Amino acid sequence: MTTTETGQTGRRTVYTTIDADIHVEVPRVQSLFPYLPEHWIEHVNNSRFKGPVDGDAAYPPNSPVTARPGSKPERGPAGSDFALLKAQALDEPGVERAIVSCSYAIDSLHHPDAAVALASATNDWLIAEWLDRDPRLRASIVVPSQIPELAGREIERVGGHPGFVQVYLPVRAQHPYGTRHYRPMWEAIARHDLVAGIHFGGAPGNPPTPSGWPSYFYEEYAGMAQVFASQLTSLVSEGVFDAWPNMRVTLIEAGWTWLPAHMWRFDKEWRNLRMLVPWVRRAPSAYIRDHVRFTIQPIDAPPSLKHLHEVMDQIGSDEILLYSSDYPHVHHADPITFLDGLSPDLARKIASENARAWYRL
Amino acid sequence: MVVAQPQVERRAHVRPAFIDCDFHNQWDSPKDLYKYLSRRWVDHIETFGLRGHAGGTYPRFLEDKAGTWPPSGRRAASEPQFVKDTFLDPERVAYAILTPLGGGQGLANLDLAAAWATAVNDWQTAEWLDFDPRFRGSIQIPAEDAARSVSEIRRLAARDKRWVQVQFSGRPHEPMGRRRYWPIFEACAEYGLHVMSHAFGSYGQPITGTGWPSFYVDDHVGPSQAMQASALSMVAEGVFEHFPRVKLVSAENGFAWFTSLGWRMDSAWHLLKQEIPHLKRLPSEVLAENLFVCTQPMEEPETAKAFHQMLEHFGPAIDRILFATDYPHWDADDPDLAFPVPIAPALQQKLYFDNAARLYGLS
Repeated sequence: MTTTETGQTGRRTVYTTIDADIHVEVPRVQSLFPYLPEHWIEHVNNSRFKGPVDGDAAYPPNSPVTARPGSKPERGPAGSDFALLKAQALDEPGVERAIVSCSYAIDSLHHPDAAVALASATNDWLIAEWLDRDPRLRASIVVPSQIPELAGREIERVGGHPGFVQVYLPVRAQHPYGTRHYRPMWEAIARHDLVAGIHFGGAPGNPPTPSGWPSYFYEEYAGMAQVFASQLTSLVSEGVFDAWPNMRVTLIEAGWTWLPAHMWRFDKEWRNLRMLVPWVRRAPSAYIRDHVRFTIQPIDAPPSLKHLHEVMDQIGSDEILLYSSDYPHVHHADPITFLDGLSPDLARKIASENARAWYRL
Repeated sequence: MVVAQPQVERRAHVRPAFIDCDFHNQWDSPKDLYKYLSRRWVDHIETFGLRGHAGGTYPRFLEDKAGTWPPSGRRAASEPQFVKDTFLDPERVAYAILTPLGGGQGLANLDLAAAWATAVNDWQTAEWLDFDPRFRGSIQIPAEDAARSVSEIRRLAARDKRWVQVQFSGRPHEPMGRRRYWPIFEACAEYGLHVMSHAFGSYGQPITGTGWPSFYVDDHVGPSQAMQASALSMVAEGVFEHFPRVKLVSAENGFAWFTSLGWRMDSAWHLLKQEIPHLKRLPSEVLAENLFVCTQPMEEPETAKAFHQMLEHFGPAIDRILFATDYPHWDADDPDLAFPVPIAPALQQKLYFDNAARLYGLS
């Protein structure tokens, strides 16, 4: 934090930031043609299959969640135009780096060959049209996560590219990510020393709650915190962090004010039941603090700033939160205002230092 | 390897007589209920069993809590006299809310579910409610058949005020606020009953929104997530606006998540209220008015300070916390030792007795 500027909204503190969550979108499936095998180009041209769709489930088309005002280019969805994204998310004062995710619904494709072809094409598109265009960008590898062996092969294929620092895993999946089913994928993530970025959303075909499909996007959005909590339970109890002691996981757009209550419950159950999972040698909260990070948006803050800071104290680590704008998406709380409420040291850590260390930038 | 207990003070506290909001009366064998079933259903059960949904059990090797097993060798909490002598009297239980598990939900055949729920209710009346005046009942219903559920609620609640609530399993077939369940809530409103959601039990769906976990420890962390989905659905669908007298009681899901659920629901509502115009108030306010949470299994933060902060974050919703033991299960909370910090006497009185007394109209 060095300067303040006057903008439309008044004086805003400028922090040096590493933005751990911005979004790029495939404008349309035809944009991937330069990177797709002939078979799938022909398939798209000659059938009703126009690439993966998620039924507007994770990002309703014109909700502010999906596109903040002014972020939609003339053609295509928000986050699909490099020049606009550069102007709005990268050339903002203080931005040092940004890690992009692409939530193209590869996980919705039950056809394994289609999933692989589209994931590979998306990664090649990310390299050519984003990473190669701006040295400030880093990206998350898109994988057919529903078929872990094939996800592992895709990580092998592109994991050596220096622009890729993370693997994108939608939080909603067919199975909890800790289950042994996913071992080939974790092996590949570990081999390339990447971060597993578990992200809001997903289109696996099974419902997002333990009691079926909710009626409203509001429920899906608010309830996604519980899906994140379930994934966290699975990663720890299955011993992902014991099998791969250097494994790093970022929960992206998960919220985090729910974390203390979850850690308390999980620690208690572990104390009672650890004979069932003897490879889990420490309290789950200790694994979480060492191996898991959270992007700050959405903040889901209590009404009292004092209570919010108590929650951060309960989380028990200055290193666990990573600044994110979630561009072009919007959440209720403003991330800069949140940073302004913290001590300068902690604000600096969250704004950039934590992510710089975590992603080794 | 020796693992240290959390660094919080643990000692027996002086505490008031209490209302146990989650007491599991159990049958020793399903055959105990045959006298409350017609010949047709006894034959059915003998031939086809109590068919539910396969594929949801875990190795766990934990039996009911020591000290709850009657000397007869029958199952824990299956003998009211033994319960009275070893639990109700010595522990100064003012009231115990009966919450039997397996009372009809989760059965695939809805006619069987209705007959079974009726039998469990008649067993509760004859062998529990009539045995000791401190018992209060949870009506068992075939929840996926709303019409039959309503008939059962009418049959019991119209003539017997000892029924205080209707029991749902932790994972109904659809999110709990969906319209298919509204006739049940309407019947609750008519008879002054509340609706309780108890951890576990499903129609074949996994305990997470992302598939089946591998271990019982995951299964045992999961109910607090499942309960939050149910509460979220009830608020989002506007159930409490339509039936303002009907309250939702969470049993065996812990309670520390209550506040952060409200914060998240509020931040989502500010962003998305256009989608749910029927929800006109802050969701956290709706939650704080209508959701009651049983304590067990009591959260145990790493520090006493964090536990006190957690209670303070409840604000006025501190009146929504209900003490419960989960007797006789392996992880039942001891009424003297469950709170990990000393609780001031006035607050003890609320948590152990007054909050539940007001909710259920007990004195």
